[in-house]
Amino acid sequence: MVAFTLPANSRYKDQAGKVHKAPADARRVKTFRIYRFDPTNGEKPRIDTYEVDLDRCGPMVLDALFKIKNEVDPTLTFRRSCREGICGSCAMNIDGVNTLACTKSIADVKGEVRIFPLPHMPVVKDLVPDLTMFYAQYASVKPWLQTRTPAPPDRERLQSKEDQEKIDRPSACILCACCSTSCPSYWWNGDRYLGPAALLAAYRWIIDSRDEATGERLDALEDPFKLYRCHTIMNCTEACPKDLNPARAIAEIKKMLVERQH
Amino acid sequence: MSLRSPLGRVLGQGSAGGSHHWWTQRVGSVALIPLGLWFAVSLGMLPDHGYETVHAWLAKPVNAVLMLVMVPLVAHHSHLGMQVVIEDYVHSKGRKVAVMLFSQFAHVLLAAAAFFAVLRVAFAGTTGVFGAEAV
Repeated sequence: MVAFTLPANSRYKDQAGKVHKAPADARRVKTFRIYRFDPTNGEKPRIDTYEVDLDRCGPMVLDALFKIKNEVDPTLTFRRSCREGICGSCAMNIDGVNTLACTKSIADVKGEVRIFPLPHMPVVKDLVPDLTMFYAQYASVKPWLQTRTPAPPDRERLQSKEDQEKIDRPSACILCACCSTSCPSYWWNGDRYLGPAALLAAYRWIIDSRDEATGERLDALEDPFKLYRCHTIMNCTEACPKDLNPARAIAEIKKMLVERQH
Repeated sequence: MSLRSPLGRVLGQGSAGGSHHWWTQRVGSVALIPLGLWFAVSLGMLPDHGYETVHAWLAKPVNAVLMLVMVPLVAHHSHLGMQVVIEDYVHSKGRKVAVMLFSQFAHVLLAAAAFFAVLRVAFAGTTGVFGAEAV
C-alpha cells in the first residue's frame, strides 16, 4: 500500500534539534526551523532552530540560508547557484510550499520560516534531495529536436512567430522539480508516473512546429502510469515558481491522444 | 537492490495505452450529468418513496428506459474510477490483482441486481407488454 506515514528512521520528531540563538543586540529576529539530516552519523533527521537578525540579512530566504551557513553553522547543506530564479538549484519546501529559496521573500512568511527538502524524495543531506529519477524521467521524453527532413544547408530551421510563441512558456521550465514533488500522484507512483515536469517538457516538443516525432512522442506517453496518473490535482501549477502551467500541458496531451483517434 | 540504470527503470515496459479508459470515463461523466439530475429531481418530486409510488413511476416507459440506461452507466463509470483508485494506492502485485478482480465482479453483480430490480418493479403486476393494467 501507499505509505502515508514516514518510515521510522525518517521521522524527525524523535530527535531533539539544536537551537542557535540570535545575538543579544538583534532587534528584528526571525526564527528559521530547518530540516537536518546527515546520512553519516546514524541519527534520525531533526529540526534545528536558527534565529536570524533580519537587520543584518538579505531579503530572500536564500540570503538567510547563506547567513546561517557562513556565520552560524557551516554544516548546513543546500544546493544553490544563480540566486536569481533561473537555475532551479535552490528548490525546497518553504512554509509548506515548494518554491525557490532565492525568489521567496522572508517577509512573505508569517511567523517561523519552516524549511524542508522537496517532499517525498530520498534525502542526500539536509535540504539536498536525490533527483536522479527526476532527471531520468526528463531524459526519457527525449527533450531534443527530432527530425527526418535535413536542415536547410544555409540557415536554421524556420519557425513562424505564432509557432514560437506556443513553446515560449513551456520552454521557460528550469527543471527545479517544485511541481513534480508537490504532486500526490508523483509521491505515490513516482516510480512509474513521469510527473508534471517531464510531461511539460514532452509537451514542449510535441507542439514544436519543427519537430517531426510528434506521433512517436504521443505513443510513448500513452500509458496508464506514465501520463494518466495525473488526476488534475493542480498542485504543480500552484507550486511552479516560474508561473508555468504543467497541468494545462498534461491536459492538452490527453486531448491530443483522443483527438488523433477520431 | 537493482543496478538497472535510472533511465532503464523509467522507460520500464514501454507504453500500455490508457487513452480509451480516460476518454470512456469522460464520456460517461458527461452522460451522467443530465441523467443524475433527472434521477435526483424525479425522485425528489415523488410524494413518497413507498412501493406503490415507485412502481407507478417506473411503469412509465420513459422512466424505466432512462433507469436502464443509467444503471449500467453508473456501474461502468464506478468500475473505471475504482480501477484508477486501486492503481493509485495498492502497490503489492498480488493484492492489486485480488482487489481489482473483487471490484470488477462486485460492479457486474450490483449492476445486474439493480437492472433486474428496475425491470421487476417496472413490470410488476402487469400482464400486457406496455403495462396497460398498471396504468
